[in-house]
Amino acid sequence: MKKLISWLDDRTGMNGLLHEVLFERIPGGARWRYVWGSTLSFCFVVQILTGLVLWMAYSPSSATAWESVYYIQNEMTGGWLLRGLHHYTAQAMHVLLVLHLLQVVVDGAYKAPREVNYWFGLVLLFLTLGLGLTGYLLPWDQKGYGATKVATSLAGIVPVVGPSIQKLIVGGSDYGHHTLTRFFALHAGVLPGLMIAAIVAHVALFRKHGITAKQPYRKPDANFWPDQVLMDGVACLAVTGAVLYFTVKHHGAELYAPADATQPFNAARPEWYFLFLFEFLKLHVLTDLFGHHGEFVGAILVPGVVCGVLAVMPFLAKWRLGHRFNLGFLAVLLVSATLLTVRSIRSDADNPGFQAAMAQAQAQSERIGALIRANGGIPPGGAGTLLRDDPATAGPRLFAQHCAGCHRYDGHDGLGMVSKDLPSAPDLKGFGSREWLAGFLEAGQITNHAYYGGTRFREGKMVKYVTTKLPKLHAGKPSALEAMVAAVSAEAGLPGQREKEAKDGAWIEQGRTHVRETFACTDCHAFRKPDEEASAPELTGWGSREWILAITTDPGHARFYGKRNDRMPAFGKEGRLTPKESGLITDWIRGDVAPDRVAASVK
Amino acid sequence: MSGPDEKPAVGRRGFIKEAAAGVVGGCCLLVPAAAGLVAWLDPLSRSAGGGAMVKVGRLDGLPADGTPQRVSVVMGRQDAWTREGAVPVGAIYLRRTGDRVVQALHSVCPHAGCFVDYQTARGQFFCPCHDSSFAVDGSINDPHSPSPRGMDTLEVELRGDEVWVRFQNFRTGIEGKVPVA
Repeated sequence: MKKLISWLDDRTGMNGLLHEVLFERIPGGARWRYVWGSTLSFCFVVQILTGLVLWMAYSPSSATAWESVYYIQNEMTGGWLLRGLHHYTAQAMHVLLVLHLLQVVVDGAYKAPREVNYWFGLVLLFLTLGLGLTGYLLPWDQKGYGATKVATSLAGIVPVVGPSIQKLIVGGSDYGHHTLTRFFALHAGVLPGLMIAAIVAHVALFRKHGITAKQPYRKPDANFWPDQVLMDGVACLAVTGAVLYFTVKHHGAELYAPADATQPFNAARPEWYFLFLFEFLKLHVLTDLFGHHGEFVGAILVPGVVCGVLAVMPFLAKWRLGHRFNLGFLAVLLVSATLLTVRSIRSDADNPGFQAAMAQAQAQSERIGALIRANGGIPPGGAGTLLRDDPATAGPRLFAQHCAGCHRYDGHDGLGMVSKDLPSAPDLKGFGSREWLAGFLEAGQITNHAYYGGTRFREGKMVKYVTTKLPKLHAGKPSALEAMVAAVSAEAGLPGQREKEAKDGAWIEQGRTHVRETFACTDCHAFRKPDEEASAPELTGWGSREWILAITTDPGHARFYGKRNDRMPAFGKEGRLTPKESGLITDWIRGDVAPDRVAASVK
Repeated sequence: MSGPDEKPAVGRRGFIKEAAAGVVGGCCLLVPAAAGLVAWLDPLSRSAGGGAMVKVGRLDGLPADGTPQRVSVVMGRQDAWTREGAVPVGAIYLRRTGDRVVQALHSVCPHAGCFVDYQTARGQFFCPCHDSSFAVDGSINDPHSPSPRGMDTLEVELRGDEVWVRFQNFRTGIEGKVPVA
């Protein structure tokens, strides 16, 4: 062994190199305050290792980016751990960078002759921020997509060249494949490459000038190995512990629903280490002082000046009070950034709208996960196609667009918007259910706008029947009415009532008799057998998927309202809705949105 | 004979050699650098076009009281190598402001590009990112709004009862409404 080592050393000089690396002299001995640089190098190595393996599983295109990250997070063995380590180590780096910068400035290690090394440190700081910014987009989820749109928009406001810069960053006029390929090349190639070069220069210069030892020395001089290495190791272990804690706590890193330019994402926030800048841009003082230039001042001018001051700090230090100014400047900067961050977090915590948006974002990401599991994987068109074929997601959107002009869903248009107009057709929340029908058959309710209030049928036979005849028929026999309601509602076969109906079989059978006899519904409606003379909509299969699809195809069909149809358009017959679209709305209204059923119907 | 660390005196021929080495070396690097730069600048030579007319709904589907309705814009789209058929490419708000008058507002915030949501309870548009708020007609209704302009309107055309709009994106963060090139 010894011979081999000496043979190698003769040809490489590695012993001398190793000696130089390990036996750097530290005046005053090893100290905890010197560990920051080493922890940062350690983090960088962690990022390279985890990043390379993530790279082996990641696919940058708008149809595969989210999908491959989903696969890493949920399907690959240990994928969540790998992703979590990469995600939280990135965050740790930002904290450690600030601590390192603080230590360097407090100890005066930025002053002559170490200016150039200090600048390399600043370059590394910005490269790290750049890696955070570019890494954020890669999962192509709603959060990363929104944050990237904002960040690239900010580039666009730079005078003259802004739009071209933005186009080059985005890879075109719109966000898509080339946004991802460009960001990925930056994140995994350009920025780490620059970073390696800068780290090499940073460490080489550090060795050239030696450590800026903190006076007074408390202990005799020591070598880097093993005293300082041990301390550095313990610090790196602490960083690893913290990163593992967050990784396990959150089971990897968050992944929101796939990017979708057609959906609001009210939980849009930058990563926490950019929150201070985000909050700064929201300060009214910017618009008050600079009007429409506030954006430029806040996003570009002020950060630019701050970076400028940081860069010239070694020169400022030459003045008598320069070092104190630098310390004060850094203190003000850190305190402001902390206050802004706290302000941002607290205002979100106090904002019910934001909390609701976060909950909705969470629900969306769980929904897509359930759909993928039920489908047994993601279709080639990407996860977005699953959501587009999902009644729970697409149903309310189509309802708002096509139905909410007349109908409502729980008082709103399906997406939560409430018009001041009174609806001219029934509210379809719970259509087909016992509750819906019981309300419809109540004398005091049928003429409400949630039922027939806005329709021509307000003056029709059904309303007359419900308000005058029905109360007499069921006086003293409330159970008969309940059974009749259950029997008609059972026609819908709603998934939400399936259990109840399985138990109530005999009672529902009684109810069917009440439909024909006690309440004489069959005088006008057909019920469970063909009736040529029926003059009102068929109750056979009332509220079932087939029934709703048929009435939306043609409400003027003899089976439904015939010539007495009010204003309901023949959506299917006129081609306003495709059968698939009608199906999505129908399934959503019927609450038929179980992921495995959705997956089966897509197939 | 000069040692390896000693710089030989540069004569005229020496200078020509040095210059030639620099030029030859530079030329070698120039080829990949230029090829890379040209390809990297490719996005600059592509334009978004002026936006295409697309059908987004029907007149009778819009509330008569001018309440905005959010509509996904579904149209063909070219994303680098992918030619997509009819996919959702963005969202707009449609408002019926008269018997046969429809206003179309882009859902992208003119401030920094977030998705502007409509708040029913307050009857206004609100951007969750930097708290820009807009009146129901899209105009700025908050003196502290960070947005440099009101929400962007889109050209609307009624073809019978069908509502068509010219869908295009606009640059954000500037006062003027300039289409993304």
